[in-house]
Amino acid sequence: MSANTHSQDGAHADVTHHAAGEDHDHDHAEHGPAYGPMRWITTTNHKDIGSLYLWFALVMFFIGGAMALVIRAELFQPGIQIVDPMFFNSMTTMHALVMIFGVVMPAFVGLANWMIPMMIGAPDMALPRLNNWSFWIMPFAFAILLSTLFMDSGGPAGGWTLYPPLSLQMGDSFAFVIFAIHFMGISSVMGSINIVATIFNMRAPGVTFMKMPMFVWTWLITAFLLIATIPVLAGAVTMLLTDRFFETSFFSAAGGGDPVMFQHIFWFFGHPEVYILILPAFGIISSIIPTFARKPLFGYDSMVYATASIAFLSFIVWAHHMFTTGMPLAGSLFFMMTTMMISVPTGVKVFNWVATMWKGAMTFETPMLFSIGFVIMFTIGGLSGLMLAITPADIQYHDTYFVVAHFHYVLVPGAIYSIMAATYYWLPKWTGNMYDETLGKWHFWISTVFVNVLFFPMHFVGLAGMNRRIPDYSLQFADWNMVATIGAFGFGFSQLLFVYIVVKAVRGGKKATAEVWEGARGLEWTVPSPAPYHTFETAPDISRLAVR
Amino acid sequence: MRSTTLRHSAVALLAGLLVLPLGAWADWGALNMPVGVSELSAEVHALHMRIFYICCAIGAGVFSVMIVSMILHRKSRGVTPSTFHESTRVEIVWTVAPLLILIAMAIPAARVLIKMEDFSDSEMSIKVTGYQWRWHYDYLDEGVAFFSALDADQNLARQLGNDRDLERFGDSYLREVDNELVVPINTKIRFLNTAADVIHSWWVPDLALKKDAIPGFINENWAEIEQPGIYRGKCAELCGRDHGFMPIVVRAVEKEEYVAWLEEMRAEQVAVADTALDERSHDALLASGEAVYGTSCVGCHQKEGQGIPGMFPAIAGSAIATGDVDTHIATVAHGIEGTNMSAFSSVLSDAEIAAVVTYQRNAFGNDTGDSVQPAAVAAVRSSAALDADVNAGTPTSDIEGVIR
Repeated sequence: MSANTHSQDGAHADVTHHAAGEDHDHDHAEHGPAYGPMRWITTTNHKDIGSLYLWFALVMFFIGGAMALVIRAELFQPGIQIVDPMFFNSMTTMHALVMIFGVVMPAFVGLANWMIPMMIGAPDMALPRLNNWSFWIMPFAFAILLSTLFMDSGGPAGGWTLYPPLSLQMGDSFAFVIFAIHFMGISSVMGSINIVATIFNMRAPGVTFMKMPMFVWTWLITAFLLIATIPVLAGAVTMLLTDRFFETSFFSAAGGGDPVMFQHIFWFFGHPEVYILILPAFGIISSIIPTFARKPLFGYDSMVYATASIAFLSFIVWAHHMFTTGMPLAGSLFFMMTTMMISVPTGVKVFNWVATMWKGAMTFETPMLFSIGFVIMFTIGGLSGLMLAITPADIQYHDTYFVVAHFHYVLVPGAIYSIMAATYYWLPKWTGNMYDETLGKWHFWISTVFVNVLFFPMHFVGLAGMNRRIPDYSLQFADWNMVATIGAFGFGFSQLLFVYIVVKAVRGGKKATAEVWEGARGLEWTVPSPAPYHTFETAPDISRLAVR
Repeated sequence: MRSTTLRHSAVALLAGLLVLPLGAWADWGALNMPVGVSELSAEVHALHMRIFYICCAIGAGVFSVMIVSMILHRKSRGVTPSTFHESTRVEIVWTVAPLLILIAMAIPAARVLIKMEDFSDSEMSIKVTGYQWRWHYDYLDEGVAFFSALDADQNLARQLGNDRDLERFGDSYLREVDNELVVPINTKIRFLNTAADVIHSWWVPDLALKKDAIPGFINENWAEIEQPGIYRGKCAELCGRDHGFMPIVVRAVEKEEYVAWLEEMRAEQVAVADTALDERSHDALLASGEAVYGTSCVGCHQKEGQGIPGMFPAIAGSAIATGDVDTHIATVAHGIEGTNMSAFSSVLSDAEIAAVVTYQRNAFGNDTGDSVQPAAVAAVRSSAALDADVNAGTPTSDIEGVIR
């Protein structure tokens, strides 16, 4: 793998230099990790906290996935066989909350913790104690959220969007859900502040903004989106809380309020949130494709500008989630146009990735497979998103399985695939061991077949008229639902293979070199594998940073 | 890499991914959006197909370049990677070209949208009110109004564990109602959507109509149906437990037939109103009570009145259904705040509440022998004191206490 047949700017010399430099760490053994559980509870080390986030996300991935399998099992055949409709609604609601707030976001924060300091040549995150706190809030937030499933009233069942008045009908679990969301929000905002502070203040000398790896750029912009929108969500759910318990009428027409106002506030958070879930993925893919194409990222500058444009546009498209709520014509037209505009910078990104591949010398190790899978299937999701932007057509698509297919294409073979790709890509750097390449490829191909069996038919049933969030459906949708359920179980269980591969690599395996991948560029590849507990205690030589 | 098989399966899969979307191209009814039966729905369908083809073309273009690149530009072929990595000209091209395509898509879309929002010159209006979980239709200025809920037979069949033999319903499973919405063809009909409890959404795909029904607000929508026929739809906005079970059936008929139907409905409603508070026999109450139970209660309290432990209390042997009659009536009429027990006073008539209360007090082994008359329900309904009490929550806690 590491046979360097092509010149990579004297990379080997650098690796040696740094490997020697890191010996310095060994003189400070007292700075190494503590032993036992207290290491993890009290840690302020960005690598430890990154690992905690990633393990947490992995556990939640299986919890949220189990909920999805309950949904798909009930939908395997028409008729209600397994769960009460109320519990079914809890499953759809919790599945979304867990996957969004418990899997994709923590996984990205985990990757940011691990990689951003190493990518910008910083010794750690800027605010290490805040970092510890922002992680340790999460398990409590999710313990509260998941505990609602065991309450007499059942868990939240009004959809993760919590639209009033329906969400106000929730039983005793209501206040718990709101507080859990507050905690998750606090954790996200603190994590984001930390990332912004780190990127602004901790870059090694010479690492200018326009020399930062794309993953750092996309996370910087994501962090700003989070800081801007999470308080909006907090406001919205707090208003729900006061409507329920303190006699306010923010969202009740009878008291002079407006239920649709909640939707506006929610989606003002919710749409940027969509990009929070995908921008870091763009950064990951922009790191991996150049490595395995052995060619620099095409159009670095335009990638940065495209990311910024997407972030800006994400604030002025929110009401495209609400075309059926009865907006004024001018509103519908405005939100249709701005939404369509988003496909321009997104298209630029896809074209740039393809141009990066073009005339490269590609190999197809597991991270590259997941990245190519990402580009293709994210594009499918993006194109169905463009269809959804067309307001008159959206009136037909809205709240059908076509929408379910759309957002699962951008989130599963999109965001989740990018996380898988990142894990395979950086796992040798984290553990010092190569993962099992053959099994990794199996994991990719099995997942890719099943994820399409799972989500592709949803386009059809949606167009044909199957609405979403229903536990039972008309007989004409039976065949495709059965197919989707088979895909769901196949996809779900094939992720156990992922766990096996990761655990195997953590426990041992072929030793990884410092560079790991032949075409890898960036400061993280200049430190030994596994990365020492403390890296870049002295400013690094940034000659291998070159992003262009 | 050694794995030729993997490489081949990769190509096969990518090719498959490209071909699959084309599968949706044909007008296979089960796979695509219906063309529908109004000018507007046909235009929406045309718009949908146009964007779909454009998206397929873009996808095919991008994926083809990727596939060619993956075949040609692989290290195993001994290629040397290029080093080019930017081109302002290329970036401008692939920023501007998509913009032009978008403009080409936006113009027809805007035209259809403007037409959709033109409610002028409508010839009749129907107010559509969403309830958990049924629709109420009010033909404005015609004096005809009624509720429309999932067919009772299907409502029983769809209960947890009762799903034997759904085939007998054919394609209309979960799409049949007790009272259809009858409308004339070739008439511009304005629908005014609102809701009584939570947000619903009135969606009939064949008419390309989907507009949220929001409590406290009225949304407009219109359709001019061109062909007689039965058009089925559903509630599209999650509205609670039985969201999946509030279908819509629109029967479009010739204008004369519609007028005759209106006459018939009016006569029927007058007859019902005249006898609303008449004394009924025990057996008549039981019979109609069982039917009301089938549409309104069975979802939560279940077929044998056993409820679902932890979620929905049992009616069999419950303190309310075997205790004070007025409390029982009040519970049904006003619901219990903060629980899933909704108020039925606006959904069910006095006669229906009387019937269902009678049924509940005599079925499931409750055997109280009580007959509850519509007049008794009317008395409870108008009892301001009780009304206020129940809504203020003081006796609510008592009632809740009784239930638990």
